[in-house]
Amino acid sequence: MGEGFHPTTAEELEAVVKWAAAERTPLEVIGSGSKRNWGRAVQSAHTLRVDGIAGVIDYEPAELVLTVKAGTSLTDVQTLLKEHNQELPFEPADLSAVLGVPVQAGTIGGVLATNLSGPRRLKAGAARDHVLGLEAVSGRGEIFKAGGRVVKNVTGYDLSRGFCSSWGTLAVATSFSIKVLPRAAKECTFVLLGLTSQEASSAMSEAMGSSAEVSSAAHLPKGFCPLSQEHSITLLRLEGIPVSIEYRLDKLRSILKRFPSQELIEGQASRKTWGDLRDLIPFAGSDKPLWKLSVSPTAGQQVIAELEKRFAIRWMMDWAGGLVWVEMEGEGPHDVPLRRIITENGGGHATLLRGSVELRASVDVFQPQAETLMGLSKRLKAQFDPHGILNPGRMYAGI
Amino acid sequence: MAAIAMPKPSQETLRKRSKIVADLQKIVRGEGVICDEIEMRPYETDALTAYRQLPLVVVLPETVDQVSRVLKYCYDNDVKVVPRGAGTSLSGGALPLEDGVLLSMMKFNRILEIDLENRAVVTQPGVTNLGITTAVQQDGFYYAPDPSSQIACSIGGNIAENSGGVHSLKYGLTTNNLLGLEIVLITGEVIRLGGKHLDSEAYDLLALLTGSEGLLAIVTEVTVRVLQKPETARAALIGFPSSEEAGKCVAEIIGAGIIPGGMELMDKLAIDAAEDFVHAGYPLDVDALMIVELDGPEAEVDDLLKRVSAIAEKNGSSYLHVSQSEEERNTFWAGRKAAFPAVGRISPDYLCMDGTIPRAALPQVLQEMQELSEKHGLRVANVFHAGDGNLHPLILYDANIPGELAAAEAFGADILRLCVKVGGVLTGEHGVGIEKRDLMPEMYSEDDLKQQQRVKCAFDEKQLLNPGKMFPVLHRCAELGFMHVHQGQLPFPDIPRF
Repeated sequence: MGEGFHPTTAEELEAVVKWAAAERTPLEVIGSGSKRNWGRAVQSAHTLRVDGIAGVIDYEPAELVLTVKAGTSLTDVQTLLKEHNQELPFEPADLSAVLGVPVQAGTIGGVLATNLSGPRRLKAGAARDHVLGLEAVSGRGEIFKAGGRVVKNVTGYDLSRGFCSSWGTLAVATSFSIKVLPRAAKECTFVLLGLTSQEASSAMSEAMGSSAEVSSAAHLPKGFCPLSQEHSITLLRLEGIPVSIEYRLDKLRSILKRFPSQELIEGQASRKTWGDLRDLIPFAGSDKPLWKLSVSPTAGQQVIAELEKRFAIRWMMDWAGGLVWVEMEGEGPHDVPLRRIITENGGGHATLLRGSVELRASVDVFQPQAETLMGLSKRLKAQFDPHGILNPGRMYAGI
Repeated sequence: MAAIAMPKPSQETLRKRSKIVADLQKIVRGEGVICDEIEMRPYETDALTAYRQLPLVVVLPETVDQVSRVLKYCYDNDVKVVPRGAGTSLSGGALPLEDGVLLSMMKFNRILEIDLENRAVVTQPGVTNLGITTAVQQDGFYYAPDPSSQIACSIGGNIAENSGGVHSLKYGLTTNNLLGLEIVLITGEVIRLGGKHLDSEAYDLLALLTGSEGLLAIVTEVTVRVLQKPETARAALIGFPSSEEAGKCVAEIIGAGIIPGGMELMDKLAIDAAEDFVHAGYPLDVDALMIVELDGPEAEVDDLLKRVSAIAEKNGSSYLHVSQSEEERNTFWAGRKAAFPAVGRISPDYLCMDGTIPRAALPQVLQEMQELSEKHGLRVANVFHAGDGNLHPLILYDANIPGELAAAEAFGADILRLCVKVGGVLTGEHGVGIEKRDLMPEMYSEDDLKQQQRVKCAFDEKQLLNPGKMFPVLHRCAELGFMHVHQGQLPFPDIPRF
C-alpha cells in the first residue's frame, strides 16, 4: 500500500524525493490536490503533498515582491495582498466549480505549476510572467534556487519562468518570489449588446489596438449564461483611476459607435462579472468535456464557426478571442477534429480542462508535440528527473 | 589584458581549418563565408571591447536550411559555434573562439509579417529592435522593450540577452513581450515554439531560451507582441540634495501604487558629465537627479504628475521641472541616454557594470559603493533604472596606466558582490557572457549551477554552442548525469503522512 507524504519543510521534501529516486518509485506530486481532475492521472503508489510547506517568507509591499512557500493557499496569498491594496495581476482562476472540488482549495504552487491566468492575462501577462525566482527540489533530490527577488535579472537561464507550466514533472517547488502590483482604484466594463461573434471579434481587436488600455475583453453568445440571456454580450474592461477611466470610456464609445447598443457595468458588479468568467462559473454543474483553446485572437471566432458546423457546443471567448472555452455535447472524443480546426486557422493549442477519467486516459489532454519538440522535452525531463519519479505521465506519456 | 580564460582551442579543429572552410563554402556559397583575416577583423569583438579574438571562420547564412546544415556540420565534426547578432553585447556574449565558427545572423534582416489585428509582428532575428517599432509606428504601435542600443541591436540578440530598457518597469522585458520562436538546435533540427496565440504549450521553452545567451539554440524567426503607443508621455526632472532622499522617493512612488513608464536616477558625477555633453538643462546644484516619466491618457498623466510631485516634495526634493513639450521631454532623455558616452568624455576609459538590487537597499549600496571607490582609488559614476533597482555604475579608469584595468575589474566585482549581498543579482540586463562568468558562484551554489547546466545538456549535449560563456566551470554532461543516491534508504521517519 502506498504512502502519502506531507512534508512541512523543504528538507523533509528533499528527503522524500531522494528516497523515491533511490527506490525508483514514482510520486504523484500535488499541492492540495485541487487540480487532480485536470490533466492525465498519475500511476503511482505514493503521493507527495506540498501544502504543508506554507507561509509567507518575505513581503515588502513597496518592493512589489512577495516571497512565499509553494504550498501556501492561494486564498491566503490573495487576502494578504488585498490588505496592502495589492494583487496578483494575472488573477488566477478558482477552478473548483468546473472541476467539482471544494472552493478556494488551491495553492500558489499549483497555480504556477499550471501557469493559470485569468481574463487580465490579456494586458498584464500570464502567471509565469510574474515569477522572479524559485527554490525547488529536482527529481534527483537536489535542492536548488533560480532567479531572485528582483524584476530585472538575466543571471543564468530563466529556470523560474521555465519551470512554470511543467506540472511538477521536472522539480517540486518549495518557494516562489512573485511580482505583485497595486490594485486598480476603480474598474468598469463597457458592454456591447447583440454583436455576432465576427463583429465581436473585430470590436475587441479594435479596442485592443486603441489607446483605451482595455485589460480584459470577452464575448458571450446569446443564451450562454444569465448575463447574455437576451442578447450576445461583448465585454471590455477598463481599470485605473476614475479620471482616466472616464476618458478611455469615451474613447471606446467613439471607436465603437457603429454598435449603438451600449451599456456599462460598474464597480462591484464589474468585478463579479469578471470573477465569474475567470472561474468559468457558466460551465459549472456539468460533466461535459470542456476544452481550453489558445489561438491567435482573430482566429477565435473562425474556430468557433467551424466547430459549430460539426458539433453541438457551448462556448465563450476571452482574451479578445485568443482564448476559447468550448463545452462539447456528446461522447466524442473530439480531440482530433478540434485540433485540426485550430491548425487550419492559424495554429495554437487545445487542452482538455474537464473530462471523465476514461476520456482523459484515451485522448491527448495536452496538445501533441512535433517529434523534434517532444524529443527536446523528453531530454529536459531526463536531465531533471532521470528516473521519472515526479508526476510521470501527468502531461504526456514519457514525461 | 584578458584575465578571463577561454576554453583551450581544439588543435584538431585548427589543423583542419582549410577543410572546414571549404566544407562550409559548399553550404553557404559566395560571400557568406569569410576567412580572410582582414575581413574577419570586424567580428573579433563585441561591445566588451577589452576582449578580442579572431574566429576560425565567419559564416553568414541567409536561409533556415543553411543554418540547419551549418549547425549539423559542426555537430557532426565537433566544431564549436559562436552565434552573433549585431555585436552590441556588453558582456562579451559574442566574443569569438579561435577554434569556433562565428555564425552571424545579420542577413536574416526582413520583417516577415505585420499583423496589427492580432498585435503581432513576425520577424527575422537580424532586424533591429528599433526596426520593429519603425515598421508599425505609422499605425500608432511600438515594440515596448527599448535597450539603449536599440538603433543597432538585433531582436535575435534581444532574445539571447532578455533585454530590458528604461520602460521595462511598466512594460516588461523581452521575455514578457515574446510570443513565438523558430529555433535550430545544434543537431540541425528546426523547432517552432508558440505563435500569435498566448502561452506556448507544454514546457515553457520560450522562457528558457530568452536570456540563454546563445548557448541553447540559434533563433531564426521571432514573433513579438506590439502595443499601441500611449497618447501622452510627460517627464519630470526632480533634483535631491542627496541620493538617500532620491532613493526614498523612488520607494514611496512605487509604494503609492504608481508605476511610471520610466524612472531613472543619476548621481552628481553622471549629472555633470551629461549636462556638459548634451546641455539637457539639468540642475547642477543637486546630488541626485531623477527622471520620472508618466504615460497614458492626458488626464491620468496630469493627475499622477501631481502625486509624484507631492511625494518628491515630501522627500526633500530641491528642484522640480515638468516637461512642457515633447521636445523638452526628449531633451530630458537625451541627457540620460548619452550618460555613458558623456562619462566617456571625462575619463579615458570606463567599465559599465550592471547589477540589480531590491529598491530599499539603494541608499546602503550607494554608501558602500563610495567606500569601495575610495578603497580601489577609482571614481564611479552612477546611472540607474531606479524603478526596477537596476544599477549601472560606471567605473572610470585609464587603460594606459598599468594595473588600472585590473583594478577597475576588481572594483566591478566588488560592486556585484555587494549587489548579491543585499539580495540582488549579478546582472540585470547585460548578460553574464564572459564578463560575469567567474562571479556566478557568488550568487549560485554548485547545485544551483548544475541545474542550469542540465538545461544546456538537454539542448546541446556536446556543448558546442558558445562554450566559455555563462558557466565558470564546464562539466561534461555525462559527468552531471551521475546521481548520488543511497539505495534503500528510508524516508525521514518523522515526516508527516496522510
